[in-house]
Amino acid sequence: MSTVTEHRDSQHFPAEHASFFATTSPPGQKGIWAWLLTHDHKRLALMYLWAVFFWLTLALLLGLALRVELMAIGETIMPADVYNAVFTLHGVIMIFLFVIPAIPAIFGNFMLPIQIGADDVFFPRLNLLSWYLYMLGGAVAIVSLFTGDGFADTGWTFYVPFSVTTETNVSLTVSAAFILGMSSLLTGLNFVTTVHRMRVKDMGWLQIPLFTWSLYATAWVQILATPVVSITLVLVVLERFLNIGLFDPDRGGDPLLYQHLFWMYSHPAVYIMILPGMGVISEIIPVFSRKAIFGYKGIVVSSLAIAIAGSLVWAHHMYTSGMSDVSVFVFSLLTFLVAIPSAIKVFSWVSTMYKGSILMTPPLLLALVFIYLFTVGGLTGLVIGAAGTNIHVHDTHFIVAHFHFTMFGGTGFAFFAALHFWWPKMFGLMYNFKRAYLGAILATVGFIFHYVPMFILGMQGMPRRYFDYLPQFETGNFLAGFGGILLVAGILLMFVNLWLSFVSRERAEGDPWGGTTLEWAVPSPPPVHNFIDVPRILDYPYDFSEVLRRAAEREKGN
Amino acid sequence: MDPVRGVDLAFWYILGISIILLIGITVVMIVFVIKYRRSKHPVPVDIRDNLNLEVVWTVLPTLIALTMFWVGWQSYLGLRNVPEDALEIDVAGQMFSWIFVYPNDKETENQLVVPLGRAVKLNISSWDVLHSFYIPSYRIKVDAVRGMDTYAWFRADKAGEYDILCTEFCGLGHSQMVAKLRIVPEEQYLAWLEEDE
Repeated sequence: MSTVTEHRDSQHFPAEHASFFATTSPPGQKGIWAWLLTHDHKRLALMYLWAVFFWLTLALLLGLALRVELMAIGETIMPADVYNAVFTLHGVIMIFLFVIPAIPAIFGNFMLPIQIGADDVFFPRLNLLSWYLYMLGGAVAIVSLFTGDGFADTGWTFYVPFSVTTETNVSLTVSAAFILGMSSLLTGLNFVTTVHRMRVKDMGWLQIPLFTWSLYATAWVQILATPVVSITLVLVVLERFLNIGLFDPDRGGDPLLYQHLFWMYSHPAVYIMILPGMGVISEIIPVFSRKAIFGYKGIVVSSLAIAIAGSLVWAHHMYTSGMSDVSVFVFSLLTFLVAIPSAIKVFSWVSTMYKGSILMTPPLLLALVFIYLFTVGGLTGLVIGAAGTNIHVHDTHFIVAHFHFTMFGGTGFAFFAALHFWWPKMFGLMYNFKRAYLGAILATVGFIFHYVPMFILGMQGMPRRYFDYLPQFETGNFLAGFGGILLVAGILLMFVNLWLSFVSRERAEGDPWGGTTLEWAVPSPPPVHNFIDVPRILDYPYDFSEVLRRAAEREKGN
Repeated sequence: MDPVRGVDLAFWYILGISIILLIGITVVMIVFVIKYRRSKHPVPVDIRDNLNLEVVWTVLPTLIALTMFWVGWQSYLGLRNVPEDALEIDVAGQMFSWIFVYPNDKETENQLVVPLGRAVKLNISSWDVLHSFYIPSYRIKVDAVRGMDTYAWFRADKAGEYDILCTEFCGLGHSQMVAKLRIVPEEQYLAWLEEDE
């Protein structure tokens, strides 16, 4: 940083309001150690942010490479064994290093304590340990790329018996997933404890902001479901080294047992992935509508309902697996019931805008795109939740398109929206709106051109995890490749634009959007101890009368 | 009802309602953003909830979802209830081809030949890892699992050639694991059955 900007910084923030960038926690740490040994939830959030940026960009480029390979029949840019490792790597990184941790670890860590009026999470050291586990998990994944017989080629689902018999380095790859699971579990534990123990006295359960509520519901799923997948992954490793035969039908084992264990975690995990994103949207829509969120209680209850009911639908991934028709009946029925709370949220978001005072900004645009893409993802989920239609499209490109609409169009775009919403809070800097809009629109158009052809390919019968395909699938794959290029270009433009805010250094005020939750009551960036005075808690967390009064005063002043 | 038709109707039913809902949500969203933009509508109305509306949009989607479930389940039953006169053929998946064994013990690789007009029941298993047997044209798919027997059936109602694919990732040759279904007139089938390959 140049002396000029330092001067400007110190001018902007008098000593008593010095931001957490200027103060270490614990005090007295120097240089890099002020980051690597920090207990400050805000510093940890930023450390996650940089790591997540790295992994997301890498996995995006891997995904693009896969689609370029598929643009023409036959080998285009990589051979089949590389392709199989790349789609596994793309899935493992996206799931375990981006979609699960991104919103809770970055924005949850940064905002959750502030939203409930606390100084930090309940276990700051454990929070630091979570970050180290995250980094270790990532490092083990990298090591598994270059050691043994190469990266796992099983897909991120590691289905037995293939995962037990393949020559590639599956053991190390699932170890990485195991370590990352621990990191996610400890973060969940920390959040649950923090929400219970650290809220300012005046804040009752129905005064908690919705983003924190969604993290709280998510954290319970993390705590309860993660151990199941951890054990399952350990079983795969034991099977590979000790050859026990748990999943081997020749010795009385059962391959379906693995699938049940795997999805018992991994289906609840999709709600771990989407709930925090829904929390982000529930914050953004009211702020830019200057209007109370519609049906606060309904949204809280639906978050909890998703967390509970979402834990009971895992076998809808297994209609074709050979399990009994009774199971198909039960799991299909439960799957349709879990769709309802998500629908309630969508209706509530849209109704929040009714008779609001809506200001278009990049975070709002991204939130609206989220609603559209997530709705497509949710509705196509009905097609695959129904038993008969599932049989036709299961394990085809239809599924690929569906879960990318929910996990990428949903969680991914919620992540982009959160970045643009809270960037001014985290860094005290505002970004360029024009480039942000351009990036968002490019990414959205690219997204639709990328994934809609895949729905059609799936209906035509093109399986997923396919290195090569029959001639009737060529047009769709060719088109999807173009969409993919636009999509990645749009996302990279958004990232570059955010990065350029460090160059232009346009200052953001404490409350640039006019929000009601507590993070907007503290300076941008916040001081190391978030609150100088005990914060005032609103009876109703989305009461905009104060924001409107301030806006009216400013109007008069002009 | 013909199972293929049953599944297709379920697709149309669910997709049709979904598209209406999607268009509805999107249009309302866009209208609100334009109509209530801050420059035209500076003072928002403080509306926090509306119990009646919330009950309606909980109950109504639940009912719609339950009908979708039912339509899906009925079409699934069509895929599962095999006619009694079905011709039974054994199928085994292996890395990376499909093996078919006929009632007279004739064995073929990647080629399934069946007589026109008959119901065909396929008893499916695997010799190694998981595979999944898929005929897109007949909307059937079931995993091939070692040590376990699964089945699927279809009515060979139209002569011609159809693709058979593997949809459970099974390794390097997964996308090459393609077989052909040939539906031929009964007498041609019987003649073919007696041929030595």
